[in-house]
Amino acid sequence: MPFTLSYAPLTPIRRGEGGRNPGEGARMRRWFLDRKFQIAVTYSGGNKLQDDISREDRLDWYRRMCLIRKFEEEIYNLNKAGLVQGTAHLYIGMEAIAVGACSAMNSGDLLTSTHRGHGHCIARGLDTGRMMAEILGRVDGYCGGKGGSMHIADVSRGMLGADGIVGGGIPIAVGAALGARLKGDDSVVFCFFGEGASNQGSFHESLNLAAVRRLAVVFICENNLWALSAPFAEVTAGGSVANRAGAYGMPGEKVDGNDVEAVFKAVTEATRRARSGLGPSLLECESYRWEGHSIFTRQEIRPEGEIQQWKQRDPISRYRTRLIEAKAATSDILQQIESQVAKQISQSTEFAKSSPVPDSESAFQHTYA
Amino acid sequence: MRQISYAEALNEALKEEMRRNSLVFVLGEDVGRMGGLFKVTHALLEEFGPGRVIDTPISEAAIAGAGVGSALVGARPVIEFQFSDFMTIAMDQIVNHAAKLRYMTNGMASVPMVIRAPVCSGINLGAQHSQSLESWFVHIPGLKVVMPSTPADAKGLLKSAIRDNNPVLFFEHRLLYAQKGEVPDEDLLVALGVADVKRAGTDLTVVATGRTVLLALAAADKLAGEGIEVEVVDPRTLKPLDTDLIFQSVRKTNRLVVVSDGWSACGYASEIMATVMEQCFFDLDAPIQRVCTKDVPMPVAAPLQKAVMVSEEDIVRVCRQVLAA
Repeated sequence: MPFTLSYAPLTPIRRGEGGRNPGEGARMRRWFLDRKFQIAVTYSGGNKLQDDISREDRLDWYRRMCLIRKFEEEIYNLNKAGLVQGTAHLYIGMEAIAVGACSAMNSGDLLTSTHRGHGHCIARGLDTGRMMAEILGRVDGYCGGKGGSMHIADVSRGMLGADGIVGGGIPIAVGAALGARLKGDDSVVFCFFGEGASNQGSFHESLNLAAVRRLAVVFICENNLWALSAPFAEVTAGGSVANRAGAYGMPGEKVDGNDVEAVFKAVTEATRRARSGLGPSLLECESYRWEGHSIFTRQEIRPEGEIQQWKQRDPISRYRTRLIEAKAATSDILQQIESQVAKQISQSTEFAKSSPVPDSESAFQHTYA
Repeated sequence: MRQISYAEALNEALKEEMRRNSLVFVLGEDVGRMGGLFKVTHALLEEFGPGRVIDTPISEAAIAGAGVGSALVGARPVIEFQFSDFMTIAMDQIVNHAAKLRYMTNGMASVPMVIRAPVCSGINLGAQHSQSLESWFVHIPGLKVVMPSTPADAKGLLKSAIRDNNPVLFFEHRLLYAQKGEVPDEDLLVALGVADVKRAGTDLTVVATGRTVLLALAAADKLAGEGIEVEVVDPRTLKPLDTDLIFQSVRKTNRLVVVSDGWSACGYASEIMATVMEQCFFDLDAPIQRVCTKDVPMPVAAPLQKAVMVSEEDIVRVCRQVLAA
């Protein structure tokens, strides 16, 4: 059953009541929860694999999603052990978006990421040991301990950086596309951001600029439905990020962000369009973060039932079931992949833990080129 | 030697650098078809085409961010903001991104980007179009800040800024655009981080920046009539600062006045004063004084604007005070 947007008629806001009618917050929240129930219905029916995807790709995507999950679980544990320097924003529950999207990239393509960027890095093939070393503030980290979780980058792989400012990476993605065009290469820029960023001015300025210059950018909104404590519907007028594409004359599409193959298909189409010079697209991949906003977040605002509901739609176990049902993989093979992943993560942890802490002198290097 | 205007000198610098390196491109509002609000990008569109001279929407944050992104992938953007006040709209990209990306990535990334913008005090445009905000950017590690006062410096410094591998904020002044000066015909480079003595003297040092260098020189002429020899030092690059030349001058004259078109509180003049105090305290014969824009927003009406802006008379008066102390 496809999901359609519907609005209860809003009553005019009266003055002197904090700008909100009595009960309106609760009503919007109810609307929001009802809406998600409908999505659950949609998801339970969608149990089909896409055509034209090789077995190798499927197994690789499964492996990458497991790798992200395991990596994030390890960060969670390392934080409990007091080893993480600063904060980290875990990607658990959203693995299908990064893996589906990055699998549509060519080696020369570029991406910008967010504060919740570990998934994008892993999906793009960054080394999990060096990522972990960065998060633990060690010398072998991608940024020598200067960036931490929120600033992991690998320019050689086109990963232009996670970003600590919500919406900060969006104009940078547009600029990267401008630079690529100037250099005469045909790379496409994959711009990841959350639904919260879609309310920043930088989002609107960037979509407009990319559209009028017809730049090769795929805007990938990861709508995990909550910005720290703010539910999407309560802070986002119009109730949709994808719909905003229409204002900028580009295609906008809502995608099931817990379906790796659906994400791959949508991003592949947007990429084809971008690479052929037809300009940017906006995809809104709906998903959910299982953990709190960050590993620093003590208070969970979201209803427990809602979190549990989304865990039922786990993108990894869902894919696992599909692969087995469609006879695309056996349980044995998937188990093999899972134990390889576990081994890789424990090696990464060992690597990170054994990496030295940086010499304090290095704090004074690399301010200027 | 030939004489050209400050705006023409900047235009030459852009043309020469764009001819020299096909990765240099210009991005901003009205820079193409119109040749820039103040004509600094005149005729670039005709020579280099719309792929390298890009008229943008009115989106300062996205313009700055697009500069950062293109620089990250190896292009060399030269951004124009029509008024330096408009940088406030792009602060996130300048301060949180351009300035920090090299450091945060431990030297993996670099952002070779120039943002040019004129300070436009003195043309009755009021509080939102007249601010001299250079000190905001001097505060930030990872940025370089340039503020030329003569056509030759404007050309030589802009060429160096474009070749530099760091984000450079390049502050021009609207009242300087028409000023003419000698500019050599050849490939003129003025290194960043090198100050210049604009007038030698023995009795008092005046450190001035941008437009106020011309006022300081006029004040020095006036005082010379009274037998007072003022040395005028122009840092030219505000960050990194050529402290050696300033210290050398102060150690010779033992007296210092600092002039800036910014406000005094936490301003660029304050920074020069503090730096000199730290290193040359025992060389000073009098307290250092500063001459800055008065501590109010800029008004529009001519007599009000005149009362608020730094003037030659202000500088003469404060120089006399310091000499009398």
